[in-house]
Amino acid sequence: MASRTLHFKIYRYDPDKDRKPYMQDISVEVDENDRKLLDALVKLKAKDDSLAFRRSCREGVCGSDAININGKNGLACLTDLSSFPEGKPIVLRPLPGLPVIRDLIVDMTQFFKQYHSIKPYLINHDPPPERERLQSPKDREELDGLYECILCACCSTSCPSFWWNPDKFVGPAGLLAAYRFIADTRDQATNERLDDLEDPYRLFRCHTIMNCVDVCPKGLNPTRAIGKIKALMVARAI
Amino acid sequence: MVRRNVVGAHYGLVDWLAQRVTAVLMAAYAMVVAVALLQGAAADFVTWRSFMASGLMRFFSFVLVLALAWHAWVGVRDIWMDYVKPVSLRLALHVLTLFALIGSVGWALGILWRL
Repeated sequence: MASRTLHFKIYRYDPDKDRKPYMQDISVEVDENDRKLLDALVKLKAKDDSLAFRRSCREGVCGSDAININGKNGLACLTDLSSFPEGKPIVLRPLPGLPVIRDLIVDMTQFFKQYHSIKPYLINHDPPPERERLQSPKDREELDGLYECILCACCSTSCPSFWWNPDKFVGPAGLLAAYRFIADTRDQATNERLDDLEDPYRLFRCHTIMNCVDVCPKGLNPTRAIGKIKALMVARAI
Repeated sequence: MVRRNVVGAHYGLVDWLAQRVTAVLMAAYAMVVAVALLQGAAADFVTWRSFMASGLMRFFSFVLVLALAWHAWVGVRDIWMDYVKPVSLRLALHVLTLFALIGSVGWALGILWRL
């Protein structure tokens, strides 16, 4: 791929300077070494250093460069530049539903509050063994598709239920993590976890819209995890 | 009263389950009526009336009305819970919805049992 010019429309807002947010038109030259959207963003930042965005590992592990790309949440570092159609500007906005700190940076406090509320750690009251708590390979398999979550918030901020009730609904990321510990055979707090989630807001705001599944950059399925939590609740109630 | 954000009402499973079960019931009823219509159950008023007045259809229609009301209650309440923030307004809307649904069930049963 020879060098080409990419056109962007980027959401800009600096609360210290701007009265309200606006969309900035800006273009940048990219060459064959620039493969991902993050590469273009880094070049944009070199061109206009007032542009603010989060980034860290640049390989889809840290989850810090989640933004809204052409209307769909995703990680800038995993989005191929070749996936954008020629000639059309690439529209970048901050993740929807969270307060904007500046430009593409959002305040994730509410998101992490919900994550913490599900107690994202193993609860086991047995004295710890000398080396580690063991699991059979089959029990361990149950955690596949759950532990890979990088907490980028792509899913929760694309979920209408989370937009309307971010203070009460745990959201897909939090519920996926909740099931990760419910499914863990080493965890002893399954009942308490189910008690905590049995709530019209915390769990049952999920209306199976499945935006979470659509956007997850790691290909995870929070809707399936939520379904399994509900199935366990039915199993213990019926 | 201190304004704190509180969750933990410990209900919701029954409603969620009921929504699914009532949906299946209503789908089954719709299919029974569709088959009956294809077989000419609504050829004229007398045939249609005798079809709906049969004991079995009364039984199923009664269950349908209850299922519809329950289903509607869960669905409409979900809309209020999603979009209406002030608790007092939400409570008022819940009560109004309940009144409307209970009244409609009574009305529908009155019609059915008059057959």
